Amino acid sequence: MRNKRIALVGNPNSGKTTFFNGLTGANQHVGNWPGVTVEKKEGKFTHEGKEYDVIDLPGIYSLGAFSEDEVVAMEYILSDDADVIINIIDASNIERNLYLTTQLLEMGKKIILALNMVDEAEKRNIKFDIDKLSELLNAPVIPTVAHKGRGQDQIMEAVLEVLDQDKAHDNPLIYSGVVAHHIDHMEEIFKDQDLNYSPRWTAIKIVEGDPAVRKMLSEANLSPEAQQAIDEFYKYHSSDNFELEIVDSRYAFANKVAEQGVIRPEVEVVTRSDKIDKILTNKYIGIPAFALIMLLAFQITFAIGEELLGGFAADLIEGLGVLVESLLISISAPDWLVAFVVDGAISGVGAVVEFVPLITVLYLLLGLLEDSGYMARAAYVWDDLMRSFGLQGKAFISMIIGFGCNVPGIMSARTLDSRKDRMITMLINPFMSCGAKLPIYSVFIAAFFPGKGGLVLFALYATGIIVALIMAKIFNNTLFKGEPSYFIMELPPYRLPIAKNVIRNMWNNVSGFIVRAGTIIFSVVTIMWFLAVVPGSVEPYSQYTLLGRIGTFLTPLFRPAGFGTWQESVALFAGIPAKEAVVGTLGMLYAGLYMEEGVQLVNAIQQHFTQLTAISYMVMVLLYTPCAAVLGIVAKETKSFKWPAFLAIYTFALGWVAAVVIYQVGSLLGFS
Amino acid sequence: MDKKLTDLREGNTGRVDKIVAGRGATKRLYEMGFNTGARIKIVKNDNGPVIVSLNGNKVALGRGLASKIVLGE
Ligand SMILES: Nc1nc2c(ncn2[C@@H]2O[C@H](COP(=O)(O)OP(=O)(O)OP(=O)(O)O)[C@@H](O)[C@H]2O)c(=O)[nH]1
Ligand SMILES: [Mg+2]
Repeated sequence: MRNKRIALVGNPNSGKTTFFNGLTGANQHVGNWPGVTVEKKEGKFTHEGKEYDVIDLPGIYSLGAFSEDEVVAMEYILSDDADVIINIIDASNIERNLYLTTQLLEMGKKIILALNMVDEAEKRNIKFDIDKLSELLNAPVIPTVAHKGRGQDQIMEAVLEVLDQDKAHDNPLIYSGVVAHHIDHMEEIFKDQDLNYSPRWTAIKIVEGDPAVRKMLSEANLSPEAQQAIDEFYKYHSSDNFELEIVDSRYAFANKVAEQGVIRPEVEVVTRSDKIDKILTNKYIGIPAFALIMLLAFQITFAIGEELLGGFAADLIEGLGVLVESLLISISAPDWLVAFVVDGAISGVGAVVEFVPLITVLYLLLGLLEDSGYMARAAYVWDDLMRSFGLQGKAFISMIIGFGCNVPGIMSARTLDSRKDRMITMLINPFMSCGAKLPIYSVFIAAFFPGKGGLVLFALYATGIIVALIMAKIFNNTLFKGEPSYFIMELPPYRLPIAKNVIRNMWNNVSGFIVRAGTIIFSVVTIMWFLAVVPGSVEPYSQYTLLGRIGTFLTPLFRPAGFGTWQESVALFAGIPAKEAVVGTLGMLYAGLYMEEGVQLVNAIQQHFTQLTAISYMVMVLLYTPCAAVLGIVAKETKSFKWPAFLAIYTFALGWVAAVVIYQVGSLLGFS
Repeated sequence: MDKKLTDLREGNTGRVDKIVAGRGATKRLYEMGFNTGARIKIVKNDNGPVIVSLNGNKVALGRGLASKIVLGE
């Protein structure tokens, strides 16, 4: 027998994913801004030996969808797959949250209401008459605090109880006036039709003019009379604003429920949020404050992740290398194996793993930012500027997410309403420098800009943002013309980041980094190592090896950008499967090349690069072709291979041009 | 005396009278709580997007969109 299925439905940022994680033990991304979850996720919950499927969905304000993430949620709810819905409601914003509830009640689904974030409502002196709410809504209402697990047991008890009942409760919302007349009329017509939904609900949706339901009905097997009735209704009432009247009726109901079931304080409590917002959203301070937060984040990342902890990690890996080498020699392992493990695996993969502390700090800080509530403010302060480049503020959120990893950054473009905004946002996301590129910058910083790590990173990331905006403008004038979509976004209260959330987000990313080092990076380095030691008749790691010859063939391409040896050229291509492989490959190749001298990666880089070519190389890395995972997600999101191919090529060309310009102009000005 | 939302100053309040925007935008605004009669308080109105408060919850609206919301008494 199929498991019973429980769907979590609610407004954006109401705590669905937090509840989902608590219930299923999953580790899905939680953040304090609307639009964190953009796809459907499933998990399991077991109770008394019985398994239930739990489904987390993107947040929605209504059952009519405007953006792709909302389509995912709406289609799932309309598919009628769920046996029961847990409607997660933000207790301090009850009217608006209940609007969606009215629509769920209308569908005739079995629903349980989780009155979430009651802790915050309490702080704002808002009180609830739970029994009254439950009576008015004709459904169980249970107060919860999702991240503490408060109320979870009661919710699940109620769920199990409702699952046993045959039928959902009746919908308490009654329409009146002309709208009611039309709904009744339509309901009568639909009564003897073969429909997937109740005649009542279908009738409401028709009067509301819901495009999704209209489409569904045009494909359904309706009688000619019923079809005619629908057509006539639209013919005569296309200019009546029934849909807005229906919205008003639902809100009137939600307001009535709130009036009777919620006790608000006489005077609104001035929250800490209001005070913080006075500064962070100020028209003069807003963008400089953002820049300052970024600069501070990079300074801290470098100071702690590299200068304080980086040494330990490097020593650890070096020690491990020596240990493994002597171990292998003591058991008289063949030379090639020793060479592979020491030069290939340890120098290559080790060069990447060394940076675990650095990226840990980066993701910790990003996590703090995400859980604080600042993301929505960043969207707000950037809206004006984004608009002059043809995008809107919301697109900036996906850019910030891209700093962690471009894959979720690109996926979050789903929250944008127009296709134009969405396409442009996806195509510029790779210029947001991700965590995987950090190791590359770090070795170059250590070689040429010691002590200035934070500043160099800030300059690189800022360059990324500027290039992204310029490209957005260009795309907006060429491939995707049109006005940016409207900006509308809730600004959630600032919250003290919850340790569990921050650590979860950090761990998801850091473990991904470690797993990648052990899989993709290891594979790439292994292949590169093999190519760098064959054929056996030539000097290994020299330009006469297979890899050396490939690299030598490529070098003329990069010579105008100043990095003219074959090692640097192949490393760039090795970075296409995953960016860390650039460092892995350089580490492996230089370790082989300077085997005798025992030169460190940083010293080798100092020998092969100058300050100027280090900059042109870093800019190339910043801008050129994103990793395979990014190209893959672009293919998936655009459902085409054309766009990822376009992305791969145009970013490469752009990176190349930028690197060449930097090197040539820099040389002319006498830098080296 | 009808006024555009963007004409109001910080701290002022008003009730939504109507919205003069396209069908999609109007419905979205309605569904997000800017429906007929909803009480709106202006939290911030300088030259960027407008921030309003609906029942104590803040929503940011691009200026273009905000100017399409007409408030009455
Ligand atoms: N104080 C408090 N904060 C909560 C509670 N539940 C969730 N949060 C916080 O609210 C924010 C949003 O939580 P999420 O679980 O990501 O919300 P969501 O509904 O999945 O959001 P979307 O995926 O964007 O629709 C996070 O910062 C949570 O830590 C709660 O009961 N009390
Ligand atoms: Mg979520």
